[in-house]
Amino acid sequence: MKRTAFLGTLTAATLLGGGAFAAEGDTLAEVKARDELICGVNTGLVGFAAPDANGNWAGFDIAVCKAVAAAVLGDPSKVKYVPTTGQTRFTALSSGEVDVLARNSTWTYSRDTDLKLDFVGVNYYDGQGFMVNKDLGVTSAKELDGATICIQTGTTTELNLADYFRANNMSYQPVNIDSNAEGEQQYMAGACDAYTTDASGLAATRAAFADPENHIILPEIISKEPLGPAVRHGDNNWGDIVRWTLNALIAAEEYGVTSTNLEELSANSANPEVQRLLGTSDELGAMMGLDNEWAKRAIAASGNYGEIFAATIGEQTPIGLARGLNAQWTQGGLMYAPPFR
Amino acid sequence: MSDITAPAQPSFRPSMLIYDRRYRSLTIQVVVFILVMAAAWWLVGNTIQNLRAMGKDFDFGFLWSRAGYDIPSPPIPYTSNDTHLRATIVGLLNTIIISFLGCIAATILGVAVGVARLSNNWLFARLMTIYVEMFRNIPLLLWILIIYAIFTEILPAPSAYRGDDPAWSMILFDNVALTNRYTAIPTLGLTNDPGELDLGARILIDWATIAFAVVLIGGWFVRKAVLAWAQRTQDRTGDRPTTWWINLAIMVVPSLLLIWYFGLHLIPPELKGFNFGGGLNVQNAFVALWLALTLYTGAFIAEIVRAGILAVSRGQTEAAYALGMRSNKTMNLVILPQALRVIIPPLISQYLNLTKNSSLAIAVGYMDLRGTLGGTTLNQTGRELEAIVLMMLIYLALSLVISGVMNIHNNRVKLKER
Repeated sequence: MKRTAFLGTLTAATLLGGGAFAAEGDTLAEVKARDELICGVNTGLVGFAAPDANGNWAGFDIAVCKAVAAAVLGDPSKVKYVPTTGQTRFTALSSGEVDVLARNSTWTYSRDTDLKLDFVGVNYYDGQGFMVNKDLGVTSAKELDGATICIQTGTTTELNLADYFRANNMSYQPVNIDSNAEGEQQYMAGACDAYTTDASGLAATRAAFADPENHIILPEIISKEPLGPAVRHGDNNWGDIVRWTLNALIAAEEYGVTSTNLEELSANSANPEVQRLLGTSDELGAMMGLDNEWAKRAIAASGNYGEIFAATIGEQTPIGLARGLNAQWTQGGLMYAPPFR
Repeated sequence: MSDITAPAQPSFRPSMLIYDRRYRSLTIQVVVFILVMAAAWWLVGNTIQNLRAMGKDFDFGFLWSRAGYDIPSPPIPYTSNDTHLRATIVGLLNTIIISFLGCIAATILGVAVGVARLSNNWLFARLMTIYVEMFRNIPLLLWILIIYAIFTEILPAPSAYRGDDPAWSMILFDNVALTNRYTAIPTLGLTNDPGELDLGARILIDWATIAFAVVLIGGWFVRKAVLAWAQRTQDRTGDRPTTWWINLAIMVVPSLLLIWYFGLHLIPPELKGFNFGGGLNVQNAFVALWLALTLYTGAFIAEIVRAGILAVSRGQTEAAYALGMRSNKTMNLVILPQALRVIIPPLISQYLNLTKNSSLAIAVGYMDLRGTLGGTTLNQTGRELEAIVLMMLIYLALSLVISGVMNIHNNRVKLKER
């Protein structure tokens, strides 16, 4: 009896060992075997990633997770959302706890190289801004000398803030906070004069206030924050799948493929680019180990890039972000998907 | 009788390793040792292989690169241009400061409450019981958060002090301002500043501080000499000379002279722009953490003190009363000195707990070691393993130093067997 127990422990230890080594494995095969995509998301940022009253996650970043799940598993609901903080997100990804990180994370050099991540693209071109209460009478970030500023630890914004104030020869007192919710609370209580994070995040945070009209986002954008989904270094095929799923959403908007005309276009579109995208001609899906309708399913999940934007963070939503840099390249923006061929 | 011989030892058989009591314990120890080593080898091997698989190395070089982030009110000069190493030291100093102040305050509170719990005043004793049970049975993190939240929600923003008819005004003769960010207190200023001593690495100490330290430490030794003289006089003549005014004068007169010479005065805080300036802004995160650690650990220390006092036999009290000592003299001169011997060993554990619990500072954004090295530095450099290992080593060293110092003290006061 004792021997069996010992052998059992040994087996368990071996299995655990196997699990620990799996970080380098084939993510596509793992996701398929699990029949579930594990997606690292924000702990709660309205419009980008937040659970609704019924606990269903929705938002701009969530749409990326759903599109990938639809492309790989055929069902956009087969996603497990793992909320990660600014501090835990990259560890969660590199340890294999999540398959893809869609958590408004900034693409930077050191994260791409030293942290061994691969940012597969940009789904939102952002920049860091400041939000202040109107009563403060401040109209420019240059007037914030000596102010107390709430900042999330472990983010690029922390470094930008230090650099901006140093470059402008101003001083400030940082109040370090751990999550957006805590920052919101501190800011609302007046424990800091200004709250700084990505401008999109500020807009999302403001939208959740009871009195959004009393808070202004200052005009200065002090950094470039290209936000995008990231995967681990080393599994290039998985990286390709996430990258081209995102590109498919962007390309779909460019070619006018929407969730409503998807079936119609795949049946009788004359545009060869659309035919290749929707898998009615050529065999693009097989090149990365998927079937031919992967992009069609990804677009069907929550619509093309423009539809997702409009439904989650666009001007018709409480968050009210304009497309700006995130418009298609044909509309003067930076969204530009490489050709599908 | 010479034909009685010891029974022949049976020759050694491998089964004796299990069935013979003489060898069994050795066998078990060897097996356990091998298992422990195997587990350690597996863990280290697994880590190395995983790191290699991710293409990462184990390197502390990041400590010498630019940190790039700011730390609110650092105890030594620090800017975002400094290295991660300096940020780590700032964090360590913050940890030491909060632990040191926490241990002192918790000890004072704990001793007072521990004695009060044994009070004959029913109401007073019960109130102390409520305090002890409340604080030691609710997780520390919740206390930290609630005290911090109280500060944030109840106290006003600094702007409430602005204007001709402000909503809030400063207290203690316009010297202290309570806000939901920090408590602004006055700093000390010198009109006749003797300059600063440069200790290197941009750490400066004012000569005036050194002068005061020398006077106070010197005064301490003189006081000891005076007490020894009083003791000798008492031994010789039976009369103890009155020494309290000599001792007081030794400390006070030179200090007053120094204050007059350097022109020491208070610089009250003053609202400048968004915040108070001029004085010293003690962050609420620090105060909340300090209060929570003190109240929480104080409750445990109170129980230790109560147990220590109860461990002193009742006869000691009765003997002291029989000699005509009053109850507070009995407590201070007879009971507490004996109780200390029981109190100190568990007290060491409480000090260690408090030091380690201070790492909960991250919850309120007080930048201690966990907030700098284990927080922002870890995040910006992505060196999780290095940062965590280094942090563990620092906490271990800190704990060993505390327990070493306390053990020395314990050896001095513990019961000497003669």
